[in-house]
Amino acid sequence: MTTQALIGLEVHAQLLTESKMFCGCPTDFGAPPNTHVCPVCTAQPGVLPVPNQRAVEMVVRTGLALHCDIAPHSVFARKNYYYPDLPKNYQISQYELPLCENGYVLIDTDSGPKRIRVRRVHLEEDTGKNIHGGAGAASRIDFNRCGVPLMEIVSEPDLASADECRAYLQKLQLILRWMGVCDGNMEEGSMRCEPTVNVIEPDGDGKTALVEIKNLASFRAVHQAVDFEIERHTKALTGGDETIRETRRWLQAEGRTETMRSKEEAHDYRYFPEPDLMPLAVDEALIEHIQGETPEGPDAVRERFVSELGLSEYDATVMTQSVEFSGFFEEAAAQAGDAKAVANWMQSDFARLLNETGTPLAEAKVTPARLAELVKLIADGTISSKMGKDVFEAMFESGDPPSKIVEDQGMSQISDASALEPIIERAIAENPDAVEKYKSGKKKALGALVGQVMKETKGQANPAVVNQLLSQMLDN
Amino acid sequence: MAANGDFSLLERPAHELAALLDSGEVSSAELTRLALERIEALEPSLKAFLTITPEQAREAAEAVDSARARSESPSPLAGVPIAIKDNMCVDGVACTCASKILESYRAVYDATVVERVKAAGMPIVGKTNMDEFAMGSSTENSAFYPTHNPWDTGKVPGGSSGGSAAAVAARQVPLALGSDTGGSIRQPASFCGVTGLKPTYGRVSRYGLVAYGSSLDQIGPLTTDCRDAALLTRVIAGADPRDTTCADVEVPDLAAALTGDIKGLRIGIIQELMTEGIDAEVRGAIGKAAEALEDLGASVGEATIPHIDYSLPVYYLIAPAEASSNLARFDGMRYGHRTDQKASGHIDMYSRTRSEGFGDEVKRRIMTGTYALSAGYYDAYYLKAQKVRTLLRRDFEAALEKFDILISPTAPMTAFGIGELVDDPIAMYMADICTFTVNLAGIPGLSVPCGFSEAGMPIGMQLVGRAFDEATILRAGEAYQEATDHHRRVPEITAKEGLS
Repeated sequence: MTTQALIGLEVHAQLLTESKMFCGCPTDFGAPPNTHVCPVCTAQPGVLPVPNQRAVEMVVRTGLALHCDIAPHSVFARKNYYYPDLPKNYQISQYELPLCENGYVLIDTDSGPKRIRVRRVHLEEDTGKNIHGGAGAASRIDFNRCGVPLMEIVSEPDLASADECRAYLQKLQLILRWMGVCDGNMEEGSMRCEPTVNVIEPDGDGKTALVEIKNLASFRAVHQAVDFEIERHTKALTGGDETIRETRRWLQAEGRTETMRSKEEAHDYRYFPEPDLMPLAVDEALIEHIQGETPEGPDAVRERFVSELGLSEYDATVMTQSVEFSGFFEEAAAQAGDAKAVANWMQSDFARLLNETGTPLAEAKVTPARLAELVKLIADGTISSKMGKDVFEAMFESGDPPSKIVEDQGMSQISDASALEPIIERAIAENPDAVEKYKSGKKKALGALVGQVMKETKGQANPAVVNQLLSQMLDN
Repeated sequence: MAANGDFSLLERPAHELAALLDSGEVSSAELTRLALERIEALEPSLKAFLTITPEQAREAAEAVDSARARSESPSPLAGVPIAIKDNMCVDGVACTCASKILESYRAVYDATVVERVKAAGMPIVGKTNMDEFAMGSSTENSAFYPTHNPWDTGKVPGGSSGGSAAAVAARQVPLALGSDTGGSIRQPASFCGVTGLKPTYGRVSRYGLVAYGSSLDQIGPLTTDCRDAALLTRVIAGADPRDTTCADVEVPDLAAALTGDIKGLRIGIIQELMTEGIDAEVRGAIGKAAEALEDLGASVGEATIPHIDYSLPVYYLIAPAEASSNLARFDGMRYGHRTDQKASGHIDMYSRTRSEGFGDEVKRRIMTGTYALSAGYYDAYYLKAQKVRTLLRRDFEAALEKFDILISPTAPMTAFGIGELVDDPIAMYMADICTFTVNLAGIPGLSVPCGFSEAGMPIGMQLVGRAFDEATILRAGEAYQEATDHHRRVPEITAKEGLS
């Protein structure tokens, strides 16, 4: 029997606003418990929500980046359920009329690019955090996170494997970071993911019941849990076992999922339009304003790097790993006039040094202009590629311009024939064996002579010029 | 200076007191002292208040007196004492909503209306009794004690703003704020013979009003006449950045609009509210009031609100649905009552806390509302109710194209006896039959005294206007009050029990 997994991902992304969704409390992470709270976010009697306009704009920006339709009127709704970390005992979310609908995310798969449809993107508020254990048996609640703006991005079940899920999440993370709307850290919980999984028999009617997986704190956990569920569902389908619609919890230590609650135990959230808020209006002018301040997305930039700058697909993908990286690259490439050379520097020595020193690109001392200068110094023969590597390391460390490093360290390459000729003549005179071998047809023997010249010049001789001069002198 | 125990000063409307304050004939400290004394004297028989705040009131009075000494007057009502219904937050003061679940709760901020009242230099003398969470029509649903009608202490004052209405009627205080979700200002105003205005939805900020039915709730004044209602509305109304449902619509000088001239005003009597379900005595009084308005130069015709029969079911779906969600926060977790019983887990704790903390009517509405929003019932109940609500709104729009204002009885009856309807919730719901349709339409409604029953109980006339046109109903109400004296009558309780 052939089977096919249908996976949808529900992603919650914390928006990078300075204040909460419905009140003015700050959103920064790590403050002492219950210090970022006010009457509104602790649901004191009589308070009312006031939507954060910045959060609305960030969701619209995301919607545009995900090719969604933006609703001119969307509606906040109350999701009613009782839980200690939810002070109002309802969450203000969106239900029937979300802010953004019908978009897609392009992912790379082994069989080429694949379009994963995005059903909706909507705005809601985060809950507080229950803290269990500690002194005494009591549980405590920290409401600092309560009311922080969250964006929920729901995909259609277009993902077919754990690998595709990872590719989707990585792409989504790239886009959210690129757009400056979310820092995308799954481990810190600023990006959370709940997959829904079932398996069908594409040629028949067989299918398993849909499950939702919770408690996934990393990309790896998502990958493992999805794999586990696909296997479990596939076995059930091929074995003819009954499955039930349920929510399952991932147990990281045991590498398996377990039942959390069945459909019968599922909440009836009693959604209804939030009467404390007017419908959210997003007009053309606002969309244009947001478009104006939205950077070109990673897919478009990548395509441009290939078509306009002649990068390979691979190089273009590496150069668009983040908005900062692509911006740096593009600026350096424009100044250097050699995109390929800049791309090579950025994915080799530069990437290695950033990685080794744990330096974020934004804090690196190397600027696009200096990298461009280095590329030019190599192109015009002032220094060799090999010397370039040393110059780059020095640039990375000191932040000095490459020309200054070359000058200070006397590194400029000797290409002047009149300066090189006496040295070459000496090398010929001192290595009669090598000369003999060369003349008898062993052209490789030239290498020893070049090496001697390089040694004499402490590596500064231009190897191409040395080669040319040597050949001329020996062949005549 | 007013003599000790000379309460006659308090029988004058606030705008007259304001004139005396302006001319220096009386100080806010004196007025406030008088009000506090009168409250103390009448409370045993009325029980209109849940909390009295003498110190705060005295401080505010002194502050406004010294401001006036520096020739500063923060508002036309500066120095006039006021009472606030106990579902609005006054920073540091109890805000119980007449519920056990909030018995121990102290508000941690000022409601926008309270902030504005304070800024206007009005001393707050206390918090008034009400039906628990504003759910009820008699103030008998207060978890603490019922309030008595000053015209007959064996009768209810109406509700849910019964405490505010009784306090103004008995002249304990010249002004009070109430809230109105389905008639909770107008119906007690009618039962107690005072003036009550429910402004247009969106006219007054709800920030700091403990929500019952969010799409229906409005705060408004209870006063002895329309001029006071106009002045107090001007103090509290207007856009508020903390309430996005509060409209950014300019608030006109409502008192200036009270010209006394209603010549040519087209008035429609709502025919559906003049039928057998309404007491004959009440209908008679409305008929006479309509004649009086005609005598003043208005034209009176017959108006119709064809879908009005649906208002009761629509109201009792929408308001409880919103309430079921609004009241979810009272769970014993962060503030208010928490059960002393040992609970097995948080859901059990909520359940015990809420079972102990809420009264029967609140529980009934939470259950009704939860049901109306439940999966499988939402479309048939909540959604259908919202659609009918739209029809009702259109009915009023159509009627208010033909007429400038509509009139009707405020309540189908005069105040009933304490305990008379407590076991018949549907009969109790009928007490608001003339009013909740106005909340559903979101438009303003005013109740003015328009006569007395044979038993001596006040009768109220409701005047309904176009959205954000409080000025026209207040103008008609004021013109009517200039020509009549029902609103000037003061219940005998003042002589019998107040002045000992």
